[in-house]
Amino acid sequence: MKKTSTPVLPARTAPGDGPLLAVDDLHVEFATRQGVVKAVNGVSYSLNPGETLAVLGESGSGKSVTAQAIMGILDMPPARIPRGEIRFRGTDLLRLPEDQRAQVRGQRISMIFQDALSALNPVFTVGWQISEMFRVHRGMSRRDATKKAIELMDRVRIPAARQRVNDYPHQFSGGMRQRIMIAMAIALDPEVLIADEPTTALDVTVQAQIMELLAELQRESNMGLILITHDLGVVADVADKIAVMYGGRIVENALVHDIYRSPAHPYTKGLLDSIPRVDLKGQELYAIKGMPPNLLDMPQGCAFHPRCPYRQDNCVTDAPPLYEIGPTRGSACHYWREVFDDSRR
Amino acid sequence: MTAAGEPILEVRDLVKHFPLHQGILLRKQVGAIKAVDGVSFDLRRGETLGIVGESGCGKSTLAKVLMALERPTSGSVRINGREIANAKGSELKRVRRNIQMVMQDPYTSLNPRMTVGDIIGEPYEIHPEVAPKGDRRRRVQELLEVVGLNPEHVNRYPHQFSGGQRQRIGIARGLALQPEIIVCDEPVSALDVSIQAQVVNLLERLQREFGLAYVFIAHDLSVVRHISDRVGVMYLGKMVEIGTDVEIYDRPAHPYTQALLSAVPVPDPDGRERRERIVLQGDPPSPANPPSGCRFRTRCWKAQDICAQQEPLLQIRPGTGHASACHFAETHDVVHV
Repeated sequence: MKKTSTPVLPARTAPGDGPLLAVDDLHVEFATRQGVVKAVNGVSYSLNPGETLAVLGESGSGKSVTAQAIMGILDMPPARIPRGEIRFRGTDLLRLPEDQRAQVRGQRISMIFQDALSALNPVFTVGWQISEMFRVHRGMSRRDATKKAIELMDRVRIPAARQRVNDYPHQFSGGMRQRIMIAMAIALDPEVLIADEPTTALDVTVQAQIMELLAELQRESNMGLILITHDLGVVADVADKIAVMYGGRIVENALVHDIYRSPAHPYTKGLLDSIPRVDLKGQELYAIKGMPPNLLDMPQGCAFHPRCPYRQDNCVTDAPPLYEIGPTRGSACHYWREVFDDSRR
Repeated sequence: MTAAGEPILEVRDLVKHFPLHQGILLRKQVGAIKAVDGVSFDLRRGETLGIVGESGCGKSTLAKVLMALERPTSGSVRINGREIANAKGSELKRVRRNIQMVMQDPYTSLNPRMTVGDIIGEPYEIHPEVAPKGDRRRRVQELLEVVGLNPEHVNRYPHQFSGGQRQRIGIARGLALQPEIIVCDEPVSALDVSIQAQVVNLLERLQREFGLAYVFIAHDLSVVRHISDRVGVMYLGKMVEIGTDVEIYDRPAHPYTQALLSAVPVPDPDGRERRERIVLQGDPPSPANPPSGCRFRTRCWKAQDICAQQEPLLQIRPGTGHASACHFAETHDVVHV
């Protein structure tokens, strides 16, 4: 773990034993006027090439902050990373000097955001913004970069790319803007793509198009995909594995089929139980009582205990570790066995 | 929640066009956004009608016209037989008492400078006959209790509440005048997943307790199925299909409904590779310049020449038990949401 020399970034083709990307015990906190907000409290997950990891959580669960820490786009200060590692092909990104970090950002790990309209610059054409990737990172000429931009717009299936390359973001629909964002993100063949709620602002029929496009691009290039979302439906559709976040922690991680079949954390179980189902029509929906925790005033012990139907006395005092409950899954609940048995019925 | 009895809300051929102008000094109309373009339906006492559709299909404009917040271009909206669409002054005030609204965004639909008590009690300022002055505070506290908030929080401000609680405040305000109809425009979509079920349950309980009729506008199809007795599907200002929840979800007849249902991700990974999925190409056309004939034809895989020439009417078609607006309507169970 302790290295004295500055870490060096491994090559793209580096033969990796370990995962492509591994977040290990990451902590992120923000200094605010009301005090220190602990947004991420010891998050660990890993991603392999070609794999889709879904990070599921509500607002304030820390799912986006974790992603921003991976990308290195947190404003520091007010943000601070007191502990943790983010290993990309074995190299800790947090210990890399900024010039090397910049080599990773956008080139080897890239990101798309929820709101494409505000993520794109309204005063430049989309072609200019896409081709900027090639001009800045690859030193291409304007003409070559524009040619590349048109190719990319074709690849993300924007109709009439050649005619539209000089249009501005506002001239595109929401779905098309998201495609432009995706084009920029995949421009330099990243090994990891982080998609932060990529379809939340879109209609369902357009959402289906975008998810299909992402899956195709992933198949073509074997990149790892981190999908950040709150939508249990989208997760079930595309993910290989899931990390469920609550109050800045991962409360459950598992392969996608396992978690839907038999959740082992009361929060995950509550979320799945509260989905309206045809056979429960006319009955009251199951609802998790209470509300998500206030990050400035986190409950003692397990952050979920004020809302938890499985709560015992020790939940109020002892924060549960992420218990290893199977070869590929973990649950941060002292009483995961009860939850697991209940949900298997 | 029986769907029997007299309709309490009758909407007939409702049209709302927003004119498009050009020029600053010599303004002239160059066209119109056809936001709602000939929509008809009934809502019965105690019934929930779900309205689904994508952004731009006119569902929020429909809500505003129902509330008489927008004047319709033509058509009629009757509440208990009384016309609201063109009512004015005291007549409008009287009809409006009976139809209230719950808005989507609980963060912007509550005035941050008013206390919760003032927000919920404000309807009584406009309709003093509902609650005499001395009685208002007690009424407001009752309402807070009804929606599951602490009645002692009557003097707090909206920012002191979470999103779910704020939506409850919005619902309490909607209930204040004891209306028979509440129009809910995306009432849960701004809320966290774990909070949505709480609000849906509250709306259902209030419906049972007070015999409310809901027009429930949402894009989350599984929530709509859960709460609705009947469902209407809108596309580009038109109602393309309407029927009971079972008819729409299990036997959809319009290709757009089928595509919409098949696009909804199912929260169950088992069998996801085999699931049938109709992925529509392209985006909905602009409501300022909708396609001729059937508006869905530009994205429809069944489209033929007749679809461009003749607009299909919303009617019961052979082989289907409910109304749909497609020349080639054919029931097809796509997916169970």
